[in-house]
Amino acid sequence: MAQIVCNNVALGYDGSAIAEGVTFSVSAGDYLCIVGENGSGKTTLMKTLLHLQPPLSGSVTLGDGLRPGEIGYLPQQTLVQRDFPASVREIVLSGFQARAGLRPFYTRAEKQTAAAALDRLGVSDLARRSYRELSGGQQQRVLLARALCAAGKILLLDEPVSGLDPKVTAELYQAILELNREGVTILMISHDVAAAVRYASHILHIGRQVFFGTRDAYVQSEIGRQFLAREGGGA
Amino acid sequence: MGRLLETLNAYLQFPFVRYALIVGVLIALCASLLGVTLVLKRFSFIGDGLSHVAFGAMAVASVLQLSNQLLLVLPLTVLCAILLLRAGQNARIKGDAAIAMLSVAALAFGYLLLRLSPSTSANLSGDVCTTLFGSASFLTLSMQDVWFCVFLSAAVLGLFALFYNKLFAVTFDENFARAVGTRADVYNLLIAAVIAVIIVLGMKLVGSLLISALIIFPALSAMRVFRSFRAVTLFSAGLSVVCALLGLLLSLAAGTPVGATIVAADAAAFVICWLIGVFLRK
Repeated sequence: MAQIVCNNVALGYDGSAIAEGVTFSVSAGDYLCIVGENGSGKTTLMKTLLHLQPPLSGSVTLGDGLRPGEIGYLPQQTLVQRDFPASVREIVLSGFQARAGLRPFYTRAEKQTAAAALDRLGVSDLARRSYRELSGGQQQRVLLARALCAAGKILLLDEPVSGLDPKVTAELYQAILELNREGVTILMISHDVAAAVRYASHILHIGRQVFFGTRDAYVQSEIGRQFLAREGGGA
Repeated sequence: MGRLLETLNAYLQFPFVRYALIVGVLIALCASLLGVTLVLKRFSFIGDGLSHVAFGAMAVASVLQLSNQLLLVLPLTVLCAILLLRAGQNARIKGDAAIAMLSVAALAFGYLLLRLSPSTSANLSGDVCTTLFGSASFLTLSMQDVWFCVFLSAAVLGLFALFYNKLFAVTFDENFARAVGTRADVYNLLIAAVIAVIIVLGMKLVGSLLISALIIFPALSAMRVFRSFRAVTLFSAGLSVVCALLGLLLSLAAGTPVGATIVAADAAAFVICWLIGVFLRK
């Protein structure tokens, strides 16, 4: 059974649609990349999936035991975070705060899970460091660990490699791929079509035309070939 | 030095001096707690804006000759705080402009009202100066004032302890917090309401022009030196209390204005912390 099913969803603001007829489903263990030109509605789709904004029409259903708030989210970095005085441990633990309800502290089990999440991403040695002193790639790994604490089954990543240099980018993609191999469903919004077709199992292309299918079908399709030729840098 | 201590000791014999110290320390403590969040959320100026609103509200209250001015000032300030923090997110007029607009308008209308009203006292400029820069009336607190302040401070401290983790999450990454199902709006409202209460309390101590200093200086000082949220919060609370005590005692001993002396102590502490920060990074 699918974890997320989007049926004929129209996306947009104030009643005017940017993208229409978006239909796709995500099952456990999938690696879905969402691609499309700027302004094609990728961010709006993300907000809709996170239940921050209702779709203009159509429906988004969660299944397979997934509840709203159980999608681990890696947002784009904000200006505020650059010089935020916080230790890595504090940030990763904050992934639990929605689940903690009104409980004002974190439990021992939560602290252990947080440490394990840092370990999974290979940054457990950074736990006591200050977030603002880390490199861009390290910061993204810390935020990924936080997302894992919020939700272990499915992650939604918003342009995770933007602003990173090529070597760090490749390493981060590898870390994400390993999470996927361990069974974590990955939804990734990406500018980087070349990487999308290299790593993803499925592709959702939104814009005036909408495509959803496996990675192989996308590479073969008319829309996929055009977009790759234009944006993919020959990859 | 001995003479100074003697004078202080003599002052401390008076209950009203002790009241002033208690209230001063409590207000400084509460103000510093939310400072970290406000500075990081880029709302450093909200204290300034809101205190001018409180000044305007106080002018209205005194023209209306209300017996308990707080009944009008507190709700009005809370309302404006909520409006301002909301406006920061998605209004046509951006956060900083909204704060600037509201604060100068409230200041101007408040002063106009006081000037035009026949009921105000003869010593108008003295009264205005008192509201803006804090007053010697801080030394004439009644028992009731003290209890009121103790009660509100306890409420602020309790809320802060209870929602510390939420506050961190909402400050560090509001988008993430929303996405995983935290009611970020509710917490923003709470922050706005608490900050308004602190400002109204703090006006008595340092006056409406200097209240921002109580809120932001300890946080900024702590951020120079410490690197985790918890350490920054604890240190800024401690520093704020120390500066308030120091400022109060100095102002008693030297006869300087209370508010300005406390703020000067905070500013001096910032310079010291800044130097320590520069030194640590080397």
